[in-house]
Amino acid sequence: MSDRYILSVEDLTVSFDGFKAVNDLSFYVEPNECRVIIGPNGAGKTTVLDLICGRTKATGGSVKFKGKELLAMREDQIVHAGVGRKFQTPSVYEDLTVFENLELSYPKGHGVFGALMFQRDDPVKTRIQEIAETIFLDDQLDEKAAFLSHGQKQWLEIGMLLIQDPELLMLDEPVAGMSVAERKKTAELLNRIIQDRSVIVIEHDMGFVADIATRVTVLHQGQTLSEGSMERVQNDPKVIEVYLGH
Amino acid sequence: MSLTSFMSRKELIGFLLLAAVIFLVLPAALDSFRLNLFGKYLTYAFVAVGLALCWGAGGILSLGQGVFFGLGGYCMAMFLKLEASTPENTSIQSTPGIPDFMDWNQLTELPSWWQPFYSLPFALLAVVVVPVIFAFIIGFAMFTRRVGGVYFAIITQAFAAILTILIIGQQGYTGGVNGITDLRTLLGWDIRTDEAKTTLYFVNGVLLFAVLLVAQYVRKSKLGRLLIAMRDQEDRVRFSGYNVANFKIFIFCLGAAFAGIGGAMFTLQVGFMSPTLVGIVPSIEMVIFCAVGGRLSILGAVYGALLVNWAKTTFSEAFPELWLLGLGGLFIAVVMFFPNGLAGVWSEKIEPRLLGLIKKSKDSDAATPAGAPAE
Repeated sequence: MSDRYILSVEDLTVSFDGFKAVNDLSFYVEPNECRVIIGPNGAGKTTVLDLICGRTKATGGSVKFKGKELLAMREDQIVHAGVGRKFQTPSVYEDLTVFENLELSYPKGHGVFGALMFQRDDPVKTRIQEIAETIFLDDQLDEKAAFLSHGQKQWLEIGMLLIQDPELLMLDEPVAGMSVAERKKTAELLNRIIQDRSVIVIEHDMGFVADIATRVTVLHQGQTLSEGSMERVQNDPKVIEVYLGH
Repeated sequence: MSLTSFMSRKELIGFLLLAAVIFLVLPAALDSFRLNLFGKYLTYAFVAVGLALCWGAGGILSLGQGVFFGLGGYCMAMFLKLEASTPENTSIQSTPGIPDFMDWNQLTELPSWWQPFYSLPFALLAVVVVPVIFAFIIGFAMFTRRVGGVYFAIITQAFAAILTILIIGQQGYTGGVNGITDLRTLLGWDIRTDEAKTTLYFVNGVLLFAVLLVAQYVRKSKLGRLLIAMRDQEDRVRFSGYNVANFKIFIFCLGAAFAGIGGAMFTLQVGFMSPTLVGIVPSIEMVIFCAVGGRLSILGAVYGALLVNWAKTTFSEAFPELWLLGLGGLFIAVVMFFPNGLAGVWSEKIEPRLLGLIKKSKDSDAATPAGAPAE
C-alpha cells in the first residue's frame, strides 16, 4: 500500500482550542500526480499543507512520506526528506539579491559549519543560472528581491523550491494576485515544473485547476467532501451545493 | 573564499582608516592617561561588534551582553588577583596567600573553583570559553523553544540582573559589590605603569582587529546572508531546510566570545572588574554603542563605542545628573531619525556627496557606483 503512494495522509486531525480545522482527513498522493485541493474559505486547505510540512503540529493521525512519518520530524528535516513548500504570500528574502535568495536554497552547506565554509563554486553558479532562466529572472540576478514585482517574487519563491529539487512540491495559491500576463506565464512555468514530481496545489482559479490537475480533492469544514477527476468533482451535487454553486 | 568576496575595496579602505585612527592618530594625539581611557572604550567595541552580528544582521537583540563582558573580565581578574595575592603581599591577613576580600569574609582557604585560575593558559581559555558556555546554555534553552524578539531581550536582561545579584551576594567568593580590585602584575609584568598601559592599548587594538576580521568573514560567508534571511523571513529559512536554532545559537555564542575578550582587556587596562560592568545598565549602554554606530556595520559599531564613551566621559564630568537622560535621548533620536546610525549617515548622506565631489574634480568616467551601503 505504502509503495504505491508517495504521500499517505491518514486520519489527520488538528484542533485549535476545540475547533477542528482538519478533522479525520485521509488522502493519498501517487508519484508524479498533481493533486489540487479546492474548497471554500476556512475549509482547512492551508492548514493541511501546514500540517504536512511541520509548520503546525497535528493533534492526531499520520502523514507518511515515502514510508517515513513526517509528524515526528522538524521542519528542516521534512525539507531534507524531499518536501518543498511555497507560501501563499510570497516569502523571499527582501534584503538579499535574487542570486543570494536562490543560493541559500541550494541544497548544500545547511549546517552551521557547512554554511561558514560554503563556496560559491561553478556547479552552484550554473545551477542558479539554470533556475533563474526557468523562472524568467536571469536578468535580475543581482537585484535585491525587495525591488521585484509581486509576480516576480512568486516566481522567485518557486525557483527557491526548484533548486531544492523536492520530490513533493506544495504550492499555496501560486497565481493569486497576479496580472493576466503573469498568470499565463506562471501556468506555463508550473506545467513545466510539475513534471517528474508529485505536486499538491491549492488554487481557486478553476480554469487553471482543470488545466493542471490529475485529481482534485474538495475540502469542506476540514473533511474531504469529494475526490476524483475535475469532471467528476464538478458534477458532484454535494460540491455544487457548498462550493461551485455560489 | 576569494579576497574580493571577503572584502570589497571600499570595505578595505574602511578597515585601513579605522586602523589608522586606532594605531596612529589616537596614540599620537593623546597623552598616556587619555590613551588608556580610549583603550577602555575600545574594549566595549568588542561587544558592539558582536551585537552588530547578533542584532544587526541576525535580528537577535540581547540586552545582557554585559554578562559575557563581565564573565570574560572576571576570568582575567581572578588570575591577576591570585598573582597579586602572594603570601608575602598578604602577610597581614589572618590567612595569607588568599585574595584579600576572601580573608575579610572569613574564608580560610581558596575555593576549589578558584584553583585553576593560577594558570594563565587556563585563565585565557576561560575568558572565551566561560562566556560561550553561558551563551550556549541560554541560547539552547531559548532558541530551540523558539523564544525570540522582545521576549528574548527581556530574558537576557533578567540574566544580567541575576548575575549581578549573584556576584554581589557571594562576596566572599567574588569580591562583592567592589569587585576584584588591586590587580598588579601579569606574570611579573607591572600592568599599572604608563608604558604597560600603552602596550596593552596596542594589544587591545590588535585583538580588536582580529575580532573584526572574524566578524567580516562571518558576514561575507553564506552564514552571514542566512542571518539576514532569518531576520526577515525566519519561516522561509526553516522551509529551505535549515535548523534556525543552531544558527542563532552559533551567532549568540560568537558575540559572547567577542564580549569575553573585551571584558578581559578591560580588566587588564583598567585594573579591576566589578558587578557595575555586568548589570542591566551597562548591557543597555552596549546596545546603544552599537545602535549609534549603526547596527548593520561592524566598523560603525567600533566608532559608536568610541564616540558614545568619549561623550559619556566628557559630559558626565560637566553634567553628572543629566548624562543618563542625555544618553537615553541620544538612543531615541538615533532610532527615530538615523535607524542605521553613523554608518547609515555616512553611506546615505556623506559618501555620495564625497564621491560626487571626487567625480567632479577627476571628471573621469571610471567612478565607483554610489549608493551601495558602506559596511
